[in-house]
This record gives sequence, structure tokens and C-alpha cells, in this order.
Amino acid sequence: MTNLETALLDLLKEDCRLSLEKLADMTGAPMTEVAGVIDRLEKSRVILRYSPVINWDLTDRERVEAMIEVRVTPQRDMGFDAVARRIYRFDEVKSVYLMSGAYDLLVLVEARTLKELASFVSSKLSTLETVTGTATSFVLKRYKEEGVIFDGEETDRRLVISP
Amino acid sequence: MTYDRFLNPCIVAVPPSGIRRFFDMASLMKDAISLGVGEPDFKTPFHIRDAAINSLVDGDTQYTANRGMPELRAEIAAYLADRFSLRYRPEDQILVTIGASEAIDLALRAMLSPGDEVLVPEPSYVSYAPGVIFAGGVPVGIPTREEQDFRLRPEDLLSVITPRTKVLILPYPNNPTGAIMEKQDLEALTGIVKDRDLMVISDEIYAELVYDGKRHVSFAALPGMEERTLTINGFSKSFAMTGWRVGYICGAPELISVMNKIHQYSIMCAPRQGQIAAAEALRAGRENGYEDVIRMRDSYDRRRRLMVSAFRRMGLHCFEPYGAFYVFPSISPTGLSSEEFCSRLLKEKKVAAVPGNAFGPSGEGFIRCCYATALDKLNIALERIAEFVSENARR
Repeated sequence: MTNLETALLDLLKEDCRLSLEKLADMTGAPMTEVAGVIDRLEKSRVILRYSPVINWDLTDRERVEAMIEVRVTPQRDMGFDAVARRIYRFDEVKSVYLMSGAYDLLVLVEARTLKELASFVSSKLSTLETVTGTATSFVLKRYKEEGVIFDGEETDRRLVISP
Repeated sequence: MTYDRFLNPCIVAVPPSGIRRFFDMASLMKDAISLGVGEPDFKTPFHIRDAAINSLVDGDTQYTANRGMPELRAEIAAYLADRFSLRYRPEDQILVTIGASEAIDLALRAMLSPGDEVLVPEPSYVSYAPGVIFAGGVPVGIPTREEQDFRLRPEDLLSVITPRTKVLILPYPNNPTGAIMEKQDLEALTGIVKDRDLMVISDEIYAELVYDGKRHVSFAALPGMEERTLTINGFSKSFAMTGWRVGYICGAPELISVMNKIHQYSIMCAPRQGQIAAAEALRAGRENGYEDVIRMRDSYDRRRRLMVSAFRRMGLHCFEPYGAFYVFPSISPTGLSSEEFCSRLLKEKKVAAVPGNAFGPSGEGFIRCCYATALDKLNIALERIAEFVSENARR
């Protein structure tokens, strides 16, 4: 990773709508170089997507989320990869992580209603042959996500003018 | 009842800060974006806050030694040696103060006799000249110019020295200009300081905020200058700890002990929690290569570049500031005075900046904009300033 790559990733992580001109200003690199580096980062799949952080609770969209701890039997030659891939193909699944500790995979699931989510766990996830057990925890309130605080604003408490 | 008889005329005569009026105006505009702040937009890193919280839980609520907690002074000595090649003994050369502000006041009060002249390069921080007057001295401004990158040149220094000159204040990296003094700039002054028998108060509160691969050079680190320098620094800017009020002053034991005499009778000691937090800041920094400081500096640097480019694109001359967190663009293409520019910008575009002349007469024609503000706000503010400048460009 070059310094420019790191700087651009930091800046885009903060605000992916910054213009090439602003990115060039801030990193001190010419605009063409900035464009080239971003292009390379996209092509090499370092940057996968530019998406906003949304507080769905403030919308009228019905939505429930759960974190499911999944214990699985690893498969010969494939380890956990095969079962992880099997699980992430479901549309309900937002994230899948291989974990150290008491269980193997952490699966973040989203559905419209509690019922839909329960049915996903009981009929789709638990019935997979390699899954030996699940423990589902529902998200009740989100406080902070992707470094952004959700409950209330971080106010600027500085004096408006100071010497 | 009239209180004239009870008030000290010397202090009454000092004009109120030029910033005050702006503060009153800007405070009334709730939705204005302020580039008028003089402090970091970061909160104190949490591990530092946590150290203070734990100390309260543990009941650390007593006075400390007048000069500051021994562990903090030891950390300060190690830090200054590590970062700026300064060698101060924690026992008798370091005094922990209530921010760098108290340190400036102590240094002036300990050294000045009535009528002594103190040289103050300007534009610079607003408290030096009043501090000199409060201590019975006479402040003498040394204008610095944009053409010289707002650096203090030996010929400018020589031109204002009189037999009454006792002290030179070196306010670099500079608030409001963002100017720095590099090694050769400082070296050009050492001969004069020695020959004319001056003491230097080097206010290095922005020492960690120097950009573009440059490093801050402490005046006391130059050969022969340690004995002629009082080095002031603190935690406010480098560790985002403004509200904690912890700073320090270092120098010859003979001077530090006199300052400590004033400090012990008027202040007793800097607040204990602030000192504990400060010690944690330096301890962690020593162990992790000052990663908090570097992270914040990198973030300022990107915003600094953004500001300079944006002002230049507006057609304003903007000197490249290598230090602190301010840009100081010239507003001469508008033909407005600094005060007019800032008050109209505030009223018409809801952006607060500080008129350059608040920092001394040579700041006229400039405005100070602080870039320690969230990037999205900074971008909006810059768009509004660009609009204002194009509306007011002289035809």
C-alpha cells in the first residue's frame, strides 16, 4: 500500500462523494494520478462498493436484524469455506464471518419481520447438513455502526470564536 | 457608585480583544459554520480521558506538588528529549502550569520590571501584548510580512532593539498565520539574542502540528540558546486537550524557581486530573510512537491542503502555512478591510472567520480560517466564501 492509496482509502471511507479535485487537493497528488489509483483499487477489489450508512430506524421501512452464532462441521479439503459460501448465498444474509471461540460462523441476517427471520433460521439455516447448532440474538437498538454514532448527535461544543 | 478609584488604570486602558466583538456576533447565529475556532475538532483520545476517569474513581483528588506531579514532569522531560532534542531536568527545570497561557504570564511577571520592553512578532496570538502590560512591561510589535512567509528576520529584530529591550517572544508555529521558523531562520537570530543580552520566550504550543515533512525546531535546542530560552508547550493542541488546561514551561532553574514562587501563591498547582491525563498522553505516546498525535496531524494536513487550494482557486493569495491549523489568506482582491470582510461574510453567508487585524496591525488585509473542522462543513464553508469573494471582486 502506498501512502497515497492509504490516504485515499481513509478519505473515501469518511466521505465517498468527495470529488477528484478535492481528493487531489487533500493528498497533494495530481488529479489524473488520484483517478488512476482509485481505478486500480476498484479493479483489484480493494474498494468493493460505495454505500451510505443509513439509520433505518428513522425510516418507515419495517426491518429486523439478528446475529446468529452458527456451529458447523468443517468439510474435508474445504474447511469452513464451503459452508460459509452456502450460507452467504441466501439474500437474507448480510454478513458472514469465521470466528475464533465458542462457535464457528457469525451470520448477520436481515428480514422484514420477526416471523420471516425466524422462518429463515428454522427452515433454511438450521436444516443445512453441516450446521450442528445455532443461537440467534435479535438487534434491539443500534448505537454506533461503521464509526457513526446513531443515538443522538455528537455536538460541537467548542466556542464559535476563540483566539 | 463609580469604581474608577478602585480599578487599576493600566489594566482598564488595555483595549478589549478584537475577537470579542466577533464572538458576540457569531454566537447569535446558531446555524453559522465557524472557521473561527482556535482548538482541535477532535475530542481528547479516549484512553487519556479514561485515565482521568479512573483517577476520580480511585479518589485521586488532592493537591499535587506545586511544580506538578513528579511522574508528569519525568514524562515531559522524556518527551521533549525524544521529540525536540531538549534536555531539561524534571526536578528543577520544568514547571507544570494551567495551560500555556499561565506559562506566558508567569514568564513575563517573573522577568519584567516596569518599562522593560518585550518584542512581539505580529500578527500573533492575542494575549502576548496584554500580558506584557499586565506585568508592567512595554510590548513592542515587530511586523512580519507575507512576502517573507511571516518569518522573523534578523534585520527586523535588530531594528526594534533598544537598551530597554529584555525579552523576545518567539510564537512559532504561529497562530494566526501558520508560519514556522526553520532551523536556519532561528540560527540567524541566535547571535543577536546573545550580543544584545535578550531572553527568549519560545511559545511552542503548536510544535507537533508541522506539515509536509518539515519538523519543528526548538529554539533552546540551538547551541548556546538553552540558557537564554524559556520553552513553553502544553497538551491543548497536540493531544486535543484544550479544556483540561495543562501546559508547562522549562528553562534555567534560577528562572523556574522564581516563576514557581508566583505559581505557588496564586495557583497552588495545575488540576490533578488534567495532570494525570497529560501523563497518560505522554506515556502512551512514548510506547506507541505518538500515534494519536500523528493521526490527528495527518487529518489536519489533508484539510490544510484543501483550504490552501480552495482559496487559491478563488483568486486569493494564500501563503502556504506549514504549521498550526490555520490558513491566512489575503483578501486584498475584494478591497474590503478584514473586519468588513468578516462581518459581511458572517451576515451574508453565515461563515465565521477571524479578521487578521485582531492579531496585530500587520494582519490587516488577511483573515484567519481554522481548518480543524469536519470536512463536510469545511467544504460548505469554502463554497460560501467563494461565492462571497466572487460577488465582491473589484472590477
